[in-house]
Amino acid sequence: MAIDFLVHEAADGVGVVVVEGVKAGQEITGWVMKEDQTIKTTVLNDIPIGHKLALKDFAVGDTVIKYDTDIGKVVAPIKKGEHLHVHNVKTKRW
Amino acid sequence: MQTKFLGYRRENGRVGVRNHVIILPLDDLSNAACEAVGNNVKGTLALPHAYGRLQFGEDLELHFRTLIGTGSNPNVAAVVVIGIEPQWTNRVVEGIAKTGKPVTGFAIEQNGDFNTICAASRKAMEYVQWASEIQRTECDVKELWISTKCGESDTTSGIATNPTVGNAYDKLYEQGATLLFGETTELTGGEHLVLQRCANDEVRKRFQYFFDRYAKVVDDNKTSDLSDSQPTKGNIEGGLTTIEEKALGNIQKIGTKAPVVGCLDKAETPTGPGLWFMDSSSAAAEMVTLCAAAGFVVHHFPTGQGNIIGNPILPVIKLCANPRTLRTMSEHFDVDVSGLVRREINLDQAGDKLMEMTMRTANGRLTAAEALGHREFIFTRLYESA
Repeated sequence: MAIDFLVHEAADGVGVVVVEGVKAGQEITGWVMKEDQTIKTTVLNDIPIGHKLALKDFAVGDTVIKYDTDIGKVVAPIKKGEHLHVHNVKTKRW
Repeated sequence: MQTKFLGYRRENGRVGVRNHVIILPLDDLSNAACEAVGNNVKGTLALPHAYGRLQFGEDLELHFRTLIGTGSNPNVAAVVVIGIEPQWTNRVVEGIAKTGKPVTGFAIEQNGDFNTICAASRKAMEYVQWASEIQRTECDVKELWISTKCGESDTTSGIATNPTVGNAYDKLYEQGATLLFGETTELTGGEHLVLQRCANDEVRKRFQYFFDRYAKVVDDNKTSDLSDSQPTKGNIEGGLTTIEEKALGNIQKIGTKAPVVGCLDKAETPTGPGLWFMDSSSAAAEMVTLCAAAGFVVHHFPTGQGNIIGNPILPVIKLCANPRTLRTMSEHFDVDVSGLVRREINLDQAGDKLMEMTMRTANGRLTAAEALGHREFIFTRLYESA
């Protein structure tokens, strides 16, 4: 089955789009690499290749997990299926 | 896995995969003479750079380590050094001569460019004709020194290309090769993972020292934060959001098997096989120049958005997994592992693909960066000149 996005492991709150042209409203198929599972989700924004989508709802102050590890804090609310990037997530360092 | 290749065994027993005769300037003033010699004598390579005057202390020591290390690299058969004056020129010549390879220095003061270029060209011609008769002989993969650094990373780097290097590093470690990683600030957010991999407390302490030293440089000089340059604009365009996310992808390059056996300062040479950390900038050309100066002979360079860097003496193997980057700038890549993001190949197959290209490169295949003439030779500076 063709894969539209990848998730490092099931504990992660984000997936990475690996195809070009993903549009808002589209249902896309993901591969959870570590557990070797296939999942589906509907995206709420256009998401460029390489960019992340939220796999759950996040509130301001929440921690984003990828590689089963902390990659930063949420600075604006994010709904499941939305584009998650520098406009709503920041580093906890520097 | 193929374990033999044809390489150049040097006077000190180290093995190179290229056979360059380099014309090495001591300082910025000597670039013109070096380039003239490089033009006079075909098959030689002039390595102009920007520095070498009025440096002092640790910064000067690093300048000498970089020059001597570059000349001592086993990818280099012989060296002509040109400097403005004889004393520092001789310091570089004597440092390179410890390898046993042919090296001669020339100073411009009291001679001028014309006489210097004439004398240095005669020596360069002698060296290049001698070097052209050196034959490749059978060498073992355990004699390879391989370094890695990623650039213009994106999320596909952490998913595919960096783990591919990690898989190849696991295989090379089992063969007894000498391996290197660095990029100190780009480990921020994953430094605990490197500490866990250190072979003993002494190595752990040394890594923590280098990590804290670089963090202090960032803290002392940052404006608001480093978010304007770490991640880079290219990283962010490629989907990386924070330094932590970038670091966790970056660390995939060291694989899962090799302990970190030691930590090196910039341009220092390892003293045995296994995986080494070198304190270094994360700027691609600076870091790869330091790898060459530390004696590494093949470099693995994963990229997502398409960093195009090369090095004059160290072949840089580029790998990419981003389908858009592979489509728009394909001439820059040696290994396509986009099959990983399409779930068509597994990591072990991707690692084998990189290993195959590593052995082909060691046997003499020109990398994309070599064929395109990317010869970035960029020195790391620690502070202002006096």
